[in-house]
Amino acid sequence: MLVQKTMAELAEMLKNGETTSRKITEAYITEIEAKDAEINSFVHKSYDVAREMADASDARRANGAEFGKLDGIPVNLKDVVCSVEAPTTAASKMLQGFKSPYDATVWKRMKNAGMVLLGKVNTDEFTMGSSTGTSFYGITKNPHDLAYVSGGSSGGSAASVAANLSAASIGTDTGGSIRQPAHFCGITGLKPTYGRVSRFGMIPMASSLDCPGPMAKTAEDCALLLEVIAGKDEYDATSLPDEVPKYSEMIKKEIRGMRIGIPKEYFENLNDETRGILESAKQVLTDMGAVFTEISLPHTKYAPAVYYVLAPSEISANMSRYDGVRFGHKSEKATNLEEMYTFSRGEGLGDEVKRRIMTGTYALSAGYYDAYYKKAQKVRTLIKNDFDEVFKTVDVILSPVSPSSAFKIGEKTGNPLEMYQEDIFTIPSNLAGLPGIALPFGKSENGMPLGIQLLAPQLSEGILLQVGHQMQAFMKK
Amino acid sequence: MLTRQEVLHIAHLARIHLTEEEITLFQRDLSSILDWVSVLQEVDTENVPETSQVTGLQNVTRKGDEISVYGKEKELLAQSPNEIMDHQIRIPNIMD
Repeated sequence: MLVQKTMAELAEMLKNGETTSRKITEAYITEIEAKDAEINSFVHKSYDVAREMADASDARRANGAEFGKLDGIPVNLKDVVCSVEAPTTAASKMLQGFKSPYDATVWKRMKNAGMVLLGKVNTDEFTMGSSTGTSFYGITKNPHDLAYVSGGSSGGSAASVAANLSAASIGTDTGGSIRQPAHFCGITGLKPTYGRVSRFGMIPMASSLDCPGPMAKTAEDCALLLEVIAGKDEYDATSLPDEVPKYSEMIKKEIRGMRIGIPKEYFENLNDETRGILESAKQVLTDMGAVFTEISLPHTKYAPAVYYVLAPSEISANMSRYDGVRFGHKSEKATNLEEMYTFSRGEGLGDEVKRRIMTGTYALSAGYYDAYYKKAQKVRTLIKNDFDEVFKTVDVILSPVSPSSAFKIGEKTGNPLEMYQEDIFTIPSNLAGLPGIALPFGKSENGMPLGIQLLAPQLSEGILLQVGHQMQAFMKK
Repeated sequence: MLTRQEVLHIAHLARIHLTEEEITLFQRDLSSILDWVSVLQEVDTENVPETSQVTGLQNVTRKGDEISVYGKEKELLAQSPNEIMDHQIRIPNIMD
């Protein structure tokens, strides 16, 4: 079936004339209409535009004028990536009806590569969460078992790819939001180096941490998509000027001799299943010629606390733009300017968003700034230093993505701290700006997907994609 | 445990109106979050510089800042939930 193919396979079929972009697009539309009512991954559908884009792609191809390998491939975007073709609402009441007048750089580059937009997919509200449960549109269910979460915040992205409703998706990762849902849904998700992919046109959560990235069925597909979106952007002052390598070529090299480290701190408190998965992965990689060492990341246990001071602080600044003036929800009840701000924000924003804005406001306020924000920034340096030290002796780090496989819907809604602990293995790399990839690996005893994570130094996402692709090819045999 | 006053002060700084229920909810939640993150106090950060960004980039400016016509003012103004008058957004009185 067309919808089960990878982007690499679809690109080959398009090239050989075995199918058309329109046929592929219609296949996904049919599948979305059949399956998504129960999964709830798509929050805005753009079928008419998709068909137009597909037809335009087929016309280009008929004239030998394709834009590139991925011309004509249908994808979707997390609901925080601005696109002129479909609304962008950050899965929030605050932005209901918002239609961006411009495209995010990420989407613009994908359009210039000929990709087709099926729609926007679900996320936790303003990407704040680890389950997609804080979304205004309700939770996205895990396609492997609807009683379980898809993870978050890129739950819609992960679920739609896993359920064959899209060839790929663009998610965002600030504390693990690409990698954790990829792991929960059994797909591949890459968080690139901070600054590798432009954040222009992406609704911001925490500006020193946010990373847009590809989510797809395979590492090869992620490599193809990363080639399209990565690179310096004049509109994003934090985007890295370094040249973008040909990731799809880099992945073909074998990994014999690659040095892989396993952090000993990550093994404390691991459940047997997760420990077992890491052991199996280590065995596979050893069979492929990799060499393992035990390493130490001593400040690991402080990472979640650092994150939950810094991220809310940056959130409190980024969220201040939602005031009922230039866009978004405005309260009908306001009688003066102060009320326009406080009522619009009170009505338009959900609990988790408010929780984080207020945590950040407190951490940055007079009298508390040094003890919280400044302190966290210093511990962030120590966490980054841990990685710099370790990468002197290893090329890549192997770790779990998350303490376990997907949890049941409703299981972690009582206490916010429970949800915050989910991100312990992904947060450190966000703080240090490093790339990380989640690769599907094995199954939980209840049948749910499991995965492993690889981390690498800044600007080494090529190595992650290489190891990922080589592993996926090796395990296929 | 944060006092009710402190919660209201934070809410005011953040310009968010809280209902009575929310004041109680967030008083509890914020207190437990702030307790949880206070573990950072045990880390020795003497002489450790802060990391506010990880790219190492400095003074990034746009090359050749040429003036061009944006052309989408109408679309941008159309996003506002307020009345538009003379290319301006009309808002309530700032001063009484």
